[in-house]
Amino acid sequence: MTPDQNAIDAEMAAVRPDGGIHPRRGYGPYRSSALRHPRQPLVVVEDPESVELTGPVFGVSDVTDLDADLTRRHLGEPLGERITVSGRVLDREGRPVTGQLVEIWQANASGRYAHQRDQHPAPLDPNFSGVGRCLTDDRGGYRFTTVKPGAYPWRNHRNAWRPAHIHFSLFGRAFAQRLVTQMYFPGDPLHAHDPILRSVTDGSARDRLVASYVHELSEPEVSLGYRWDIVLDGPSATWAEKGEPR
Amino acid sequence: MSTPSQTVGPFYGYALPFAKGGEIAPAGDPRTITVHGVVRDGNGSPVPDALLEFWQSAPDGSRTGAPGSLRRDPADGAVLGRDGVAFTGFGRVATDADGRYAVRTLPPPADAPYLAVVLFARGLLHHLHTRAYLADQEGDALLAALPEDRRATLIARQEREGVYGFDIRIQGRAAEETVFLEFHRPRG
Ligand SMILES: [Fe+2]
Repeated sequence: MTPDQNAIDAEMAAVRPDGGIHPRRGYGPYRSSALRHPRQPLVVVEDPESVELTGPVFGVSDVTDLDADLTRRHLGEPLGERITVSGRVLDREGRPVTGQLVEIWQANASGRYAHQRDQHPAPLDPNFSGVGRCLTDDRGGYRFTTVKPGAYPWRNHRNAWRPAHIHFSLFGRAFAQRLVTQMYFPGDPLHAHDPILRSVTDGSARDRLVASYVHELSEPEVSLGYRWDIVLDGPSATWAEKGEPR
Repeated sequence: MSTPSQTVGPFYGYALPFAKGGEIAPAGDPRTITVHGVVRDGNGSPVPDALLEFWQSAPDGSRTGAPGSLRRDPADGAVLGRDGVAFTGFGRVATDADGRYAVRTLPPPADAPYLAVVLFARGLLHHLHTRAYLADQEGDALLAALPEDRRATLIARQEREGVYGFDIRIQGRAAEETVFLEFHRPRG
């Protein structure tokens, strides 16, 4: 029998936090993880000559100026609540990650992705594709203009709903710093019930996936402002000293 | 404190894959090799919604890469892709409905004889790193430290001249499951 939300909530409550910052890959309440996580321990690589301590680079040819404004990609304006999401990409020592690629994707204001495998019967918006890109500036800053995505149902369990979120993909100075994650909005009652967010079992780590509403970032008559800073993992202090310019 | 990972989910299709993402080799380079394979889950079933990224040294040993993997048309924003001149070192491909992927690249140099691979998928909450070695490399520290059956999961099989098969098994018995890696700060 398909579990309901109460059953999933009880499963999530029974998982003991393991002290890790990242989700454990085999997280029972997220059913799709069952066959998609390794059982063997990861093998630790400490070789300072590893290729993974360097990484791909991107430049102005890889983005266009319009890419960071998801509301201006079509002839008309998308429906929904206009927002900006801005912040900085930093390494673990707090140094900015500059000139690197930030990619985002999201559902429209009704909770529907422009993707043919999304069968949620909420309306598509012909003026919104939900895809954005930018390069971080010399302070590690990024900024997107978009609409607030809607919550959407999924089939993890009966009456399962994903809280509103924006998917983010980030590159650091090294391939080993690669990060794909999701940004959530403050005060959403669905946070308590979402097995993907709660796969991060450490409460303070989970809070770092939630953006802040910052009134000073709101623009009068235009948009609400959210701030979300991102800190990339990886033993970057040692690596950056090896002379990599970025 | 680091930002936690979350799954790439099923709907990255318009955002991450790009035209010619698997064409890492410059156009017409006679050294070009093909690396291809299937991504499978714990049941051995193909994973049709995985995304793979590749990063490697250039044949001359340089690791600086180059911009231009997803070069854009300034007029309409369409992805033009690589200019066929620079070796960017970076590739990105989604698996197809059969769980298959393929990239065409230049052979990595002897001092780093592998393609670094990152795997993302719906159901995978935190991406996985692995490596595709193009031959069993005597003297490679990582390979040397692995038991023989585990080591074999990192070595691509040469199918014919210039074509290598490299399958990824996300979950399985020790001899089946691909060796996945994590990178720590070098000691000392
Ligand atoms: Fe999503």
